[in-house]
Amino acid sequence: MSEPTKQRYLLQGNEAIVEGALTAGCRFFAGYPITPASEIAEQLSIKLPAVDGTFIQMEDEIASMGAIIGASLAGVKTMTATSGPGFSLMQENLGFACVAEVPCVIVNVMRGGPSTGLPTSPAQGDVQMARWGTHGDHSIVVLAVSTVMDSFTVTVKAFNIAEKYRIPVILLSDEVVAHTRECVELPAKSEIKVIDRIRPSVPPDWYKPYEGDARGVSPMAAFGDGYRHHVTGLIHDVMGFPTQKPREVKEFHLRQTKKISRGFSDIQMTKGYFLDDAETFVIAYGAVARSALSAVQEAREAGIKVGLLQLITLFPFPRRTVAPLLGQCRSVLIPEMNLGQMSREIQRVNQGMCNVVKYNRIDGKFITPREIYAQLTKL
Amino acid sequence: MPIPAQALRHKYLRHNKKFPHVWCPGCGNGIVMGALLRAIYRLDIDQDDVVLASGIGCSGRMPTYLDFNTLHTTHGRALTFATGIKLAKPELNVVAIMGDGDATAIGGNHFIHAARRNLNLTAIIINNSIYGMTGGQYSPTTPFGSKSTTSVYGHIEHAFSIAELAVTAGASFVSRATVYHADLIDRLIEQAMEKRGFAVVEVISNCHVQYGRRNKLGGAVDMLKRFKEQSITVNRAAQMSPEELEGKTTIGVLIDRDLPISTEEYKKVRQKAGTLKEKV
Repeated sequence: MSEPTKQRYLLQGNEAIVEGALTAGCRFFAGYPITPASEIAEQLSIKLPAVDGTFIQMEDEIASMGAIIGASLAGVKTMTATSGPGFSLMQENLGFACVAEVPCVIVNVMRGGPSTGLPTSPAQGDVQMARWGTHGDHSIVVLAVSTVMDSFTVTVKAFNIAEKYRIPVILLSDEVVAHTRECVELPAKSEIKVIDRIRPSVPPDWYKPYEGDARGVSPMAAFGDGYRHHVTGLIHDVMGFPTQKPREVKEFHLRQTKKISRGFSDIQMTKGYFLDDAETFVIAYGAVARSALSAVQEAREAGIKVGLLQLITLFPFPRRTVAPLLGQCRSVLIPEMNLGQMSREIQRVNQGMCNVVKYNRIDGKFITPREIYAQLTKL
Repeated sequence: MPIPAQALRHKYLRHNKKFPHVWCPGCGNGIVMGALLRAIYRLDIDQDDVVLASGIGCSGRMPTYLDFNTLHTTHGRALTFATGIKLAKPELNVVAIMGDGDATAIGGNHFIHAARRNLNLTAIIINNSIYGMTGGQYSPTTPFGSKSTTSVYGHIEHAFSIAELAVTAGASFVSRATVYHADLIDRLIEQAMEKRGFAVVEVISNCHVQYGRRNKLGGAVDMLKRFKEQSITVNRAAQMSPEELEGKTTIGVLIDRDLPISTEEYKKVRQKAGTLKEKV
């Protein structure tokens, strides 16, 4: 199963993330036990050594982040997985991965928070934290999965984006997706696009590890490859050395922001359902998007012209897809298992074009299709 | 054989990095840096095969100046990054350079677990008993009663003995020197880098600016003289009573033992997993 052929499997979301990671070329995982993410670590502790990869259970989530950054700097594709409390601890070194441009994937299987919160009930309370959790101005890519199949395909994409843009990518799952078992047909490996980071081809003396190409991304040398460069969490110049010169500091920030925020089509992923003639629509992500799809299908059968936009990329916010729909439709419903964390983004883009209706649950209960259907009929 | 200092500087200092360094005149960090370079020179390790990972603080700046694969991590986390590097590329010589607050306060958990885990890493801890860069606040190794900017009435907590902590936590090789004993640091770093397993070199150092001054210990030279007077070798210490050892610093190799190292053990895990491959 480590090299999936086109076959049907009965998998839970966490297992599908494992398969996605292995398919994408992940060969190093460091983590710390936490429900509802632990199956990812357990499965990888079995499967990684079988493909000459490495699994390690660290002393905490801070160390887990440090270890995956270290391994990535040594040239390996890396991942960690956690839930809210652990994700809080990872914010420090997540910032390091941003500043030092170290590709890695961080899975956060969301549960109710804050603090120890609601173990282990579903929630989507970590959305804005994923965006802004680490201190300082930074851009970041946050993806969300809503099904077991998503858990496979989006994990592969998370690695591809991390490698292509030299960035940490946050993959949000939730307790519902993580533990739901579904029958999925995994594509053959030959059908899956896997991207590896670009290594420098210039002689070591010419290598500027933080210069950036036309996209703003620099080729990445691995430690031990003969390119003896410096990596730091300090703001640095194109050679990687600390700088406080205002011009260099500004250039550093602008390049890092632009390389992500340009709205590249491969970063900003959404799925649309029944949107062409929709008069109202739902924006949903994560497990809630499944309930929404079910409700929208039922509403269509009842003759209601409603569509669904499922967000896979939460950040950078897929404004180019969302804005035209807000212009087209009368009302939008945003169901979330939080108090409206993505609806803030939608309101920001909406600027009064469309009537925005929120539907929120924070009681540890999943939002069902019936609840969404009831809201749809009122739009 | 004496090492040509100028050749060493040309070989190992970064040409494209603007000096001067951030350290105060008389700082012990330079002595440790010199010892590290001499050890690497003697061991004849290719620069491409050395990774220096540091944390935050004055000691954390050391890798920046040196022409190896260098990594300046977050505060206290050097060993976690080093762990990832070593596991991903076991053939690299990975050295973590830390301060006392770095390694045993904010990074204390990582330090004891790295020792327990016993990866083939070298950890150099420059212990100057104070947070120097941030202005002289007390650290886990600030002696009881000492003055710092956060203990102006006298410190009420007790200090860690870093090397002894590493022994208890399970490190394969644990040693200590002071910056007065520069030759000893050379030898200990050399031994530590050659050792297969987690190897610790604690170096007692002087921060005359932030620690010495507030505690009326004089300048750098006075503090180094004091290190000389206080130090006693491991062998001599073994003959002395706890009362006689009061106020003394034991220097030399505290422990040198052969334990299974986790990169080697993991090869066995891979073999076992490989045979199960068909089943998973």
